[in-house]
Amino acid sequence: MVERMIEKKTSDRPGRILHRDISLAFFRIGMLGFGGGPSSIPLVHKEVVKKYEWMTEDEFGDTLALANTLPGPIATKMAGYIGYRVAGVWGCLNALFASVFPTVLLMIVFLGLLQTYKDIPWVQHMSASVVPVVAVMLGVLTWDFIKKSGETLGWLRAIMMLVVSGVLIEALNIHPAIVILGCILIVFLPLLKRRKKV
Amino acid sequence: MIYWHIFLAFFIPGILGYGGGPASIPLVEHEVVGKYEWMTTQEFSEVVAIGNSLPGPIATKMAGYIGYTEAGILGSIVALFASVAPSLILMIFMMAILMKYKDEPEVKNLTMLIRPVIAILLLFMTIQFAQESVEGIGIGYTLLLMAVSYILLEKIKLHPAIVIALALLFGALTG
Repeated sequence: MVERMIEKKTSDRPGRILHRDISLAFFRIGMLGFGGGPSSIPLVHKEVVKKYEWMTEDEFGDTLALANTLPGPIATKMAGYIGYRVAGVWGCLNALFASVFPTVLLMIVFLGLLQTYKDIPWVQHMSASVVPVVAVMLGVLTWDFIKKSGETLGWLRAIMMLVVSGVLIEALNIHPAIVILGCILIVFLPLLKRRKKV
Repeated sequence: MIYWHIFLAFFIPGILGYGGGPASIPLVEHEVVGKYEWMTTQEFSEVVAIGNSLPGPIATKMAGYIGYTEAGILGSIVALFASVAPSLILMIFMMAILMKYKDEPEVKNLTMLIRPVIAILLLFMTIQFAQESVEGIGIGYTLLLMAVSYILLEKIKLHPAIVIALALLFGALTG
């Protein structure tokens, strides 16, 4: 029912205007979302639910919940999926391009400038002064993750997980990918076993 | 070969980074600085710093830029494809399946269980950056810059872009 309503809503808009809307919506989200993908979620909500009404509140909530359980960058999962829902494969590509391309271009221009002049001593000192600031930003992000782990897993289990994964990765030099795959297996094995019984 | 390496370097963080783009930063660092040695820690920290002060998703900014510096425009496209496509394809095709299981506790537990692993990766990276900074500009400047930027970022809630700009200005004036 909801599905049909949405299809009707989008078919009111001729293709070219719909694609212009998708471009503009995700361009604005990309250029205004400071602090990486997760901080741009409220902007996605504003454009997709409030402004263009491509999704209802509930559908947006479900999409976000699922995007959160899957790996990978959240902003492009949302953009690609919403673009796909609204206007098929081209809508998907359009939304991805609009949210990714402008900011990658900015990156290349800014870092290119820094690279060009990197042999001048004061430019060297300038870029070295950024390192401690990044350390602080990463430290804050680390604490966010630890706090959230403690809140959701309970502090005892969170600290155990922290210590175990720390030892595995740093002391035993196991690739982080293997540790994460191990977690995925631990979580899904009971689910698979239960399915077999049913 | 280089394109295959670029693909792998961004495919692995893309498929394992639970918690969005920022969670994949330590995984990208592991590949780009640790495994393929395309960049030094210093260069990578510049990428993270500029990436943090510009708008837009962080994972794709890093992928697009690092792919570009390693192998031009095609490298950039390969890196972007590797970090975006696998998780997006999963998203589109598994939507129906996951919808059925989304209330299963296991699916909800997954993000919970992986979060501390990401936290420990971020912690190691923080320590590595602090060490790098002490080697580069000395312990005095490092502690000063860390203390001031912490206060500006967390207490005064100044925008990261402004703090990075101030650090660049400070470095230029004292250099």
